[in-house]
Amino acid sequence: MNLTVNGVAHEIESGPLTTLLDVLREELGITSPKAGCEQGGCGACTVVIDGQPRRSCLTAVGSVDGAAVTTVEGLGTPEHLSPIQQAFTHHYAAQCGFCTSGMMMAAQAYVDGGGTDDREAIQHALGGHVCRCTGYVKIIDAVAAAARGDSFDMTVTAAGTAMTNLGGVA
Amino acid sequence: MTQATEVLIPSTPDEAARLFGDGTGVTVIGGGTIVLPDLTYGAPKPAKALLLSRAGLAGVGREGGTVTIGAATPIAELVGLPAPLGPCAANVADGEIRSQATLGGNLCAGTGHDAPRGDLQGALLALDAVARSVGSGGETSEPLEDFLARRDSRLLLDVSFAEPAAGAFAALDYPHTHEYTVLAVSGARGADGTVRLAATGLAGHGWRLRSAEAAAADHEAAGAAAVADVRLGDDALASAWYREKTLPVLVRRVLTKLEEAV
Repeated sequence: MNLTVNGVAHEIESGPLTTLLDVLREELGITSPKAGCEQGGCGACTVVIDGQPRRSCLTAVGSVDGAAVTTVEGLGTPEHLSPIQQAFTHHYAAQCGFCTSGMMMAAQAYVDGGGTDDREAIQHALGGHVCRCTGYVKIIDAVAAAARGDSFDMTVTAAGTAMTNLGGVA
Repeated sequence: MTQATEVLIPSTPDEAARLFGDGTGVTVIGGGTIVLPDLTYGAPKPAKALLLSRAGLAGVGREGGTVTIGAATPIAELVGLPAPLGPCAANVADGEIRSQATLGGNLCAGTGHDAPRGDLQGALLALDAVARSVGSGGETSEPLEDFLARRDSRLLLDVSFAEPAAGAFAALDYPHTHEYTVLAVSGARGADGTVRLAATGLAGHGWRLRSAEAAAADHEAAGAAAVADVRLGDDALASAWYREKTLPVLVRRVLTKLEEAV
């Protein structure tokens, strides 16, 4: 089986019933997709498969042979954050960060699919994702900003608080 | 040592039917949203797994007043269909799950351990759907009600039904990141005026509410009669007592919606 993950082609050795989550984390060492509930209820493992957000814990790798998979590692780098990553950083849309990977991949698919800054539509698109820190307002703020195509001053947060250790680049 | 699973990935419906055979020892995987977590949480690995993702069994056809839905069609593709099926599909889980979970998986999955499964069973029972399947004895088409009773030994190919004159859906949900359906009632009125009702969220699979149908002209009586049609169970979402108290309410809501949808 073959997968293209973040633009890099991989030959997969795991069996076809292995979850895509396990293939990414255990075989390929790509750890942004999180093993949360592992039954489809939390969204922490969501990755983008051929342009669509999918729970990697529910996906048998054999059913996506040949697919293109994108994870957070494929969005940007610490020096050059992608617009979604900048939005999440600027709007302080992560607290503990465990849900952030799944939230960002769902948000990326939403924006790529032409999603607007309509808050109800964003809630609907991210409806399967749980943030146990309950930071939903700022997450929705971030997705709305990314959907609008806002540009971000990465030296300050949206609230105007000077950033010290969030990895933002001026 | 555990024996490795033989994984079969057919590329046509005929190949899927041949590989399924009489179904002995075969676990069918549509979207994987039920089987994969079961395996993750320690269910025994199946001897054979039949992955339907490339079997050519997905798609929705609407022709001459008949709707035909392939077994591997994602539930998300049903959301735009008329009530009761469209609203019922929209009520399943969340967008990501709906795009992955399939009609066949929803209809054929075994009874859930801690929450009911098979939301679409009720809508399709109310629509008097016909299930086309293969297995021992070859291909058959039969009422969905009959198919559900023996679904473990069959490979569903598609379901079809006549577009209803009117349809309605009402559900009682348990809020989560996505909604779990505690109990749901579907109703459809055919072109001849016949009203059919069915429920899911029951012990076992979905059931027609024939006593309620017979009393449909009187909503109160129909709601009370529905309790006699079903077997209610306790699970992690609700008690049988709670379901017994709420089933009549959902029946009345559906009948009211059907009346309003003239």
